[in-house]
Amino acid sequence: TLSSTTEKKTQCIEKILIANRGEIACRIIRTSKRLGIRTVAVYSDADKYSLHVKSADEAVRLGPPPARLSYLNASAIIQAAIRTGAQAIHPGYGFLSESAEFAQLCEAEGLTFIGPPASAIRDMGDKSASKRIMGAAGVPIVPGYHGDQQDIDFMKLEAEKIGYPLLIKPTHGGGGKGMRIVHNRDEFVESFLGAQREAAASFGVSTILLEKYITRPRHIEVQIFGDKHGNVVHLYERDCSVQRRHQKIIEEAPAPDIVNEFRSHLGDSAVSAAKAVAYNNAGTVEFIVDTDTGKFYFMEMNTRLQVEHPVTEMIVGQDLVEWQIRIANGEPLPLSQSQVPLRGHAFEARIYAENVPKGFLPATGILHHYCPAPVSPTVRVETGVEQGDAVSMHYDPMIAKLVVWGESRNAALIKMKDCLSKFQVAGLPTNINFLQRLANHWAFGNGLVETHFIEHFKSDLFVDPHDATVQKEAYHAARFGAALVAACVCKKEQTASKESLPGGDSLLSLWYSHPPFRLHQPARHTMELELDNEYDTSASKLLKLSITYCPEGNYFVETGDSDFNGLEINVLPLGHHEFRVEADGLSMDICLAVYTKGHTNHIHIWHGKHHHYFRQRMGLELSNSDESEHKPSFEMGSHPQGTVVAPMAGLVVKVLVNDGVKVEEGQPILVLEAMKMEHIVKAPRAGNVHGLLVTTGQQVFDGGVLFSIKDD
Amino acid sequence: ASSSIPVGRSSFSLLQKTREYCLGVLSDGIDRNSDDFLRNSKAMDEIMSQLHSHIDKVLSGGGAEAVRRNRSRNKLLPRERIDRLIDTGSSFLELSQLAGHELYEESLPSGGIITGVGPVHGRLCMFVANDPTVKGGTYYPITVKKHLRAQEIAAQCNLPCIYLVDSGGANLPRQADVFPDRDNFGRIFYNQAEMSALGIPQIALVLGSCTAGGAYIPAMADESVIVKGNGTIFLAGPPLVKAATGEEVSAEDLGGASMHCKVSGVSDHFAEDELHGLAIGRSIIKNLYMAGKQGIMSNTAPDFKDPIFDVKELRSIAPTDLRQSFDIRSIIAHIIDGSEFDEFKKLYGTTLVTGFARIFGQPVGIIGNNGILFIESALKGTHFIELCAQRNIPLIFLQNITGFMVGSRSEASGIAKAGAKLVMAVSNAKVPKITIIVGGSFGAGNYGMCGRAFSPNFLFMWPTARISVMGGPQAAGVLAQIERSRKKKQGVEWTQEEEEKFKGRVVEAYEKEGSPYYSTARLWDDGIIDPADTRKVLGFCLSASVKQVPEETKYGVFRM
Repeated sequence: TLSSTTEKKTQCIEKILIANRGEIACRIIRTSKRLGIRTVAVYSDADKYSLHVKSADEAVRLGPPPARLSYLNASAIIQAAIRTGAQAIHPGYGFLSESAEFAQLCEAEGLTFIGPPASAIRDMGDKSASKRIMGAAGVPIVPGYHGDQQDIDFMKLEAEKIGYPLLIKPTHGGGGKGMRIVHNRDEFVESFLGAQREAAASFGVSTILLEKYITRPRHIEVQIFGDKHGNVVHLYERDCSVQRRHQKIIEEAPAPDIVNEFRSHLGDSAVSAAKAVAYNNAGTVEFIVDTDTGKFYFMEMNTRLQVEHPVTEMIVGQDLVEWQIRIANGEPLPLSQSQVPLRGHAFEARIYAENVPKGFLPATGILHHYCPAPVSPTVRVETGVEQGDAVSMHYDPMIAKLVVWGESRNAALIKMKDCLSKFQVAGLPTNINFLQRLANHWAFGNGLVETHFIEHFKSDLFVDPHDATVQKEAYHAARFGAALVAACVCKKEQTASKESLPGGDSLLSLWYSHPPFRLHQPARHTMELELDNEYDTSASKLLKLSITYCPEGNYFVETGDSDFNGLEINVLPLGHHEFRVEADGLSMDICLAVYTKGHTNHIHIWHGKHHHYFRQRMGLELSNSDESEHKPSFEMGSHPQGTVVAPMAGLVVKVLVNDGVKVEEGQPILVLEAMKMEHIVKAPRAGNVHGLLVTTGQQVFDGGVLFSIKDD
Repeated sequence: ASSSIPVGRSSFSLLQKTREYCLGVLSDGIDRNSDDFLRNSKAMDEIMSQLHSHIDKVLSGGGAEAVRRNRSRNKLLPRERIDRLIDTGSSFLELSQLAGHELYEESLPSGGIITGVGPVHGRLCMFVANDPTVKGGTYYPITVKKHLRAQEIAAQCNLPCIYLVDSGGANLPRQADVFPDRDNFGRIFYNQAEMSALGIPQIALVLGSCTAGGAYIPAMADESVIVKGNGTIFLAGPPLVKAATGEEVSAEDLGGASMHCKVSGVSDHFAEDELHGLAIGRSIIKNLYMAGKQGIMSNTAPDFKDPIFDVKELRSIAPTDLRQSFDIRSIIAHIIDGSEFDEFKKLYGTTLVTGFARIFGQPVGIIGNNGILFIESALKGTHFIELCAQRNIPLIFLQNITGFMVGSRSEASGIAKAGAKLVMAVSNAKVPKITIIVGGSFGAGNYGMCGRAFSPNFLFMWPTARISVMGGPQAAGVLAQIERSRKKKQGVEWTQEEEEKFKGRVVEAYEKEGSPYYSTARLWDDGIIDPADTRKVLGFCLSASVKQVPEETKYGVFRM
């Protein structure tokens, strides 16, 4: 009736609580602010000083760091909304975004849940149920088993029916958590049990489904939007094929190398899928495209705004968060299908704190230096952290999303490569170098993406540590970087010692004039930099640099290498970190980040498209340690053979063998969990397990000794 | 020539200082295209390359093998140790690099010990570092002398002393010249005690052996650091202990870091390795809490101008042939701020140039020779020294002096009396004094112009300098006269040829002994410097010498 619509209008959203953290919380706050909507952030104790809390108008503490006590604590979040008078809750992605119960709870408390109706979430949240509904609605689905019967022997029979290789995954959740590929029947039991355990830990539901595994698939998904009046449109597709550990790292829109007919076919199927569950608000329908046959199948529907939504925003020129809010307010879709523009091409690169050489294991640490690529109307950096923040083990290790747009795929790609080389993070390992190698790969450049891309081209993307040519090239670049570092550090330290003097005494400052005075000889300085070999974490190289102060204020840097004639470098400090350097007739801007941890200086340099990282052992200036307390500064790699250290900080979820037992090479010993991912620690060789003292539930730290394998 | 002020320059000065109109911008009076200038440059090039070849030899220490052995023990060379102790990128004024040069049959680079001044946490310190690659760091007589000279400067300038000990103690074959006398080995500890009593910090870093008498260096220090493995302190090493008592003990157990830090208390800080030890040394200086409080005079100007002439031209000004005269003002013009010199009593006693200037902002009084010292010049010098002492202005002596005027007229006018006044003033003026010998330094002129015997805070030589009681030919003439009269008395004939030969020998001896290398090898000076470094070296020396609290000057009886 007329009266009820007017009543609804008065209930327009004026204040939103964002039940999330990190970049997505910041992203939602930004649009809200533009629309004049006030914002309420929620936070766990780990995030008290984080950017999303600072950005919001108000913030409410939820509880201690673990997600189940904070960001998954539905009642605390509802309470926070009521307390601050927010009319709506935006769940972001992850956490409670796909919890039908939470959506329902919001409705029950009279709060607008900015997302689809609880029923749609429930329908789509159960992977098996959703496939049944889709099949009924005529959307193509992958052969598989999606039933309730979870008995392991029964499942094994179903698996035989579908055929290997096949995919095991939890019916709930997403993001590849708990997902496993089973290549043959021997692997089935271990994978099945592991997937169950992970599913139970992550989603509280351990139901598993089986599916045919497509060997050369592409992951293409369609952004759809529905309003509360029954209209659904799609905003074209995204290609999210490039994945590692089943998680996306580079996404793009539109999908490369597909014809318009296929595009509209996909879009129509996605719209049908949404309509089948009476969907409204933002959603994503994921398809798997079999590159061998050109067929596509419905995989699942994500009933939320996705991490990679910005690439769609860039090509359609719309703000999807704004759409979400308007639709939640009951407004009709702003555009009809024919009005949705498609312009240019966009990429998103996800920058993670992770250890690429250790199999992309999540990493933790402090962002001692954080300087993202400069933003512009065509370059977005979606981030929820600032310099000095910690990436903790409690949440997702994503640091930022780099989003670029160009008139064409090539134009966008050039921009992305440039931005990646300017994206500076120091303090923890990141995947930036890896993303650069990906972006620069010829096959990626040609749009030949598929989900096994990284696996397929691993020999190009992960450089063989024994490849002498590559090693040499990398070493030369690093040596050049080290020479620049040496000159800049000298300049910086010299300036610093001069500035620390009491002012106004020209006689004392004479001692600090450049170049430093020595009687009948130039002043020299030596610097020892330990170069991390990015391809081989066990090997580092010590670079001994000799710096001579030249009369013109330049630095002449030499190494002991016979194939390096030395480099005369002029340094002009531009800012705190930036320098203009001139070496060998070439002038360029470089950036330096230096921070201290323990007795070691960590020095990062960005020059050209290179980023190098060096460690410098310091004279133990502040140490008062006596003999008995002393430990060598570099302990890594000093463990006796056969020692197994924790590959990351994490929680021991299961210890599979007892101390002292005999094990085979590759036998699983214990299971670690970090960032909600399980990692199996295996025996590096056959022998007896020795010193295995960790127990289930125990926290271990990166590099900590877990056990060792000894001969009988 | 100096009286003509170039119009362009003085008007520039006028623009710069509208109220403080400076009358005294010096012209350097040099014709850069003259034969003299070019000849001097060329001659100086040769002299400098000779100097550098001598320096290069001593910088490499005690030879490749000894250096390699040193490195294999994770030890740095003494100059590298100092480089790591002083503030990053700061300067170091090394003293007497050529001490011991051709002094003994065996070579003794830098006298086996490196000394010099440099800043640590903004505080100037005196460094005394044994060179273990040179005869095991043992003390030759010249080593002792250089060590004592460094302590003398430290005491005079109030500089904390950092001893980098790595020495086998006294050189036993030369014990008679090292051990017993007043200014021998024992004096090192006496000086440590005296300086410590005066509140001048004495810090010892034991980076190697420290045997016998050497053990007292850390033991006498206010604070000492010892490095695990390399540092040992004992009165007698294991071989001597075994000989004396039969006890068999390792060096580490006998006097290693652990024992001395945990049991004996001879050392205060335990260092894991040499770098750690050096870092502890730096923090000890930091913790003196005196940085910036002492050794600084408040009257330096925050800004200063460079001389308007290129300091490198100093290499071409002083003639290598000392008989040629030159205007000392041309040197002054190259070393003072803005080349601005306010000359005192310019028209009186013109063979001595006196006046006020600044060097790196520090006001100084400059006294330079422009010929033989006459009575008037001596009186003028005395007057000027009194002025500077009264106003607490440091004095800089630029020596190029053949001596006081001789002859009956001079003696009758009391030249000795006038010279005595100058010597009295020089001796008693309680302001920092720095002497640079740019040319000749002969006879009583050396005394009146603050020679070594008059304890200037620092004394440096140009490589063109000559120092002796008189010139070689004059000495030869005097000696030949005496010889001739002796021979005449004995009735022996002395041919012209024989006399020339005799004179030649005397000149040759004077030539050798008057050389700056002869001087610097024996520590009659604090080093030979490149003329182009003169301004900087003066700046460093002033910085080390100036006192925060002026001392009152009292003179003795001036003979009138």
